[in-house]
Amino acid sequence: MTGRGVWVNVARGAVLAVITVWTLFPIYYIVSLAITPWTDLFRPVYFVTHPTLDNFKFVIFQESPFVKFFWRWLANSLWVSAATMFAVLVVAAMGSFALGRIRFGLGRWVSGITLFTYIIPASFLSIPFFKIMGDYDLLDTYWALIFAMTTFAAPYALWVLWDYAKTIPQEIDESAAIDGAGLVSVFFRIYLPLITPSLIAIGTYAFFYAWNEYLYAVLLLQGEKTITLPVGMGNFLTSDDAPWNLLMALSVIYALPPVLFYYVFRRYLTHGLVSGSVAGV
Amino acid sequence: MAVGSLVARSTAAAAGILSPRSRNLPGLLFSLPLLALFACFVVYPLFFVATRIFDRYTYEVLFSDPVYVQTIVNTIVYVGVAVNVKLFLALLLSAVLDSDGKATRFLSAIFLLPWAIPVLPGILSVRWMMSSQWGILNLISEDLGLGTHHWLASRWTAIGAIILFHIWKYLPFWTIIFLSARRGIPRQLYEAAYIDGAGPFQAFRYISLPMLGGIYLICTLLSMVFTMGDFTNVQLMTGGGPGDSTHVLATLAYRYTFRVGKIDWGMGVFATALPVTLLFIFVLIKKIR
Repeated sequence: MTGRGVWVNVARGAVLAVITVWTLFPIYYIVSLAITPWTDLFRPVYFVTHPTLDNFKFVIFQESPFVKFFWRWLANSLWVSAATMFAVLVVAAMGSFALGRIRFGLGRWVSGITLFTYIIPASFLSIPFFKIMGDYDLLDTYWALIFAMTTFAAPYALWVLWDYAKTIPQEIDESAAIDGAGLVSVFFRIYLPLITPSLIAIGTYAFFYAWNEYLYAVLLLQGEKTITLPVGMGNFLTSDDAPWNLLMALSVIYALPPVLFYYVFRRYLTHGLVSGSVAGV
Repeated sequence: MAVGSLVARSTAAAAGILSPRSRNLPGLLFSLPLLALFACFVVYPLFFVATRIFDRYTYEVLFSDPVYVQTIVNTIVYVGVAVNVKLFLALLLSAVLDSDGKATRFLSAIFLLPWAIPVLPGILSVRWMMSSQWGILNLISEDLGLGTHHWLASRWTAIGAIILFHIWKYLPFWTIIFLSARRGIPRQLYEAAYIDGAGPFQAFRYISLPMLGGIYLICTLLSMVFTMGDFTNVQLMTGGGPGDSTHVLATLAYRYTFRVGKIDWGMGVFATALPVTLLFIFVLIKKIR
């Protein structure tokens, strides 16, 4: 027993060491480029020789012409992500209440629609969607983008909430109904308070879904000042003299909110996301 | 009166007195935001494609375009290799991480970082690593005596980079899914097996595999559909280059629409992939529910 146990532990340790290096290396590389001065950039090294915070200064105080719209892009990203988060919370809370608490006859169809929207790749609808938005003169507005992102982020959020809604005992609703509460007040005064932890999880999920969104943002927004942070950064990739160290400093700033939030809400997030994905399997 | 009866009905519905059929109206009202989004942003675009796909000329152009044929091959390779390698590794890793040790908990916290980080910073990192002149990959390769390569400038190493990035980014998510599925397997099964003299491989073969088989299949289908529609990874990593040799469906549609200026060809690309995708989706909906 002990002989085999030792080898299992050695193998496990080796696997964990490999995963750690594999996972952290690209992240180490982002951070190390972000603190590399421009003059050292074109000389590959394993460790940064002259670390500096100048890149962050250039980006934040807009001292480089490359990123003169940094604050605009950041504000745009924050606004579309917050609006998407709010819309997803409304859609998913109402939908999960309908499916999990009202339990109506056509619910099978609604849950089928939810799953269908979750699974179909958003990119397959992007070109016709772009054409339609052009026809209605809605290109370069945030509304088209926010509603498109809500459509594709809401089904997963709804699925997670629905799974949670099913675990709340039906008797709570029944006693409220006997006390004379209608569906609307059951929704606001009983259901919403009960699902608050899950709302935090899916709100975070929706916010960062929108924060990451690239395809729809690149299709729908065109102005130099109206684009979001990832689109603005992505646009540098087509130019040959892209300031890579500044891009990496931007990357660190851009990746920091999701990483911080993720660690704060880790318990809610992994539980919520997992229960949603495994639901019904 | 009407409002009063509606309130009375919804009250009764909340109490679960009425049949599911008579609860349809309040149910649909609460689902209305979802249904409206579905109608505007899913059904309408699909309908729009359906009205435009019966032009034979579009398909004659597409099927005679070598870039389109190459794109289909790329997509099949990308989806087939990336998804299957990723999920197989996820299944193995979920076994390694399935213990309550402190080291495991610490590592799983680190391990989830790629999932938390947006796509763009990760791609930038890999692109600069693979830069033929200034990248660290060539530094390592040279120090190992393997010489330098133009990683992103030839078709198969560029596709390899996209696949590796995909695995780096999405392995943690699926590992967590399998981990939670594993935690759902009753411990007693393993205890009984070990008492009967089974080794770890037999326990995997006769307990874990049958118990995880269903979810593994569903995850494979799900991940395949998601990856089939991938745009961001490929567009940001190679932009379809070099020489349009690494396009996948979504980036090719983007190229036809915006570089070539033929929006019908762009929609045609998706229209040709739609039958396979819809088949997958309906199988999945049947399996998941």
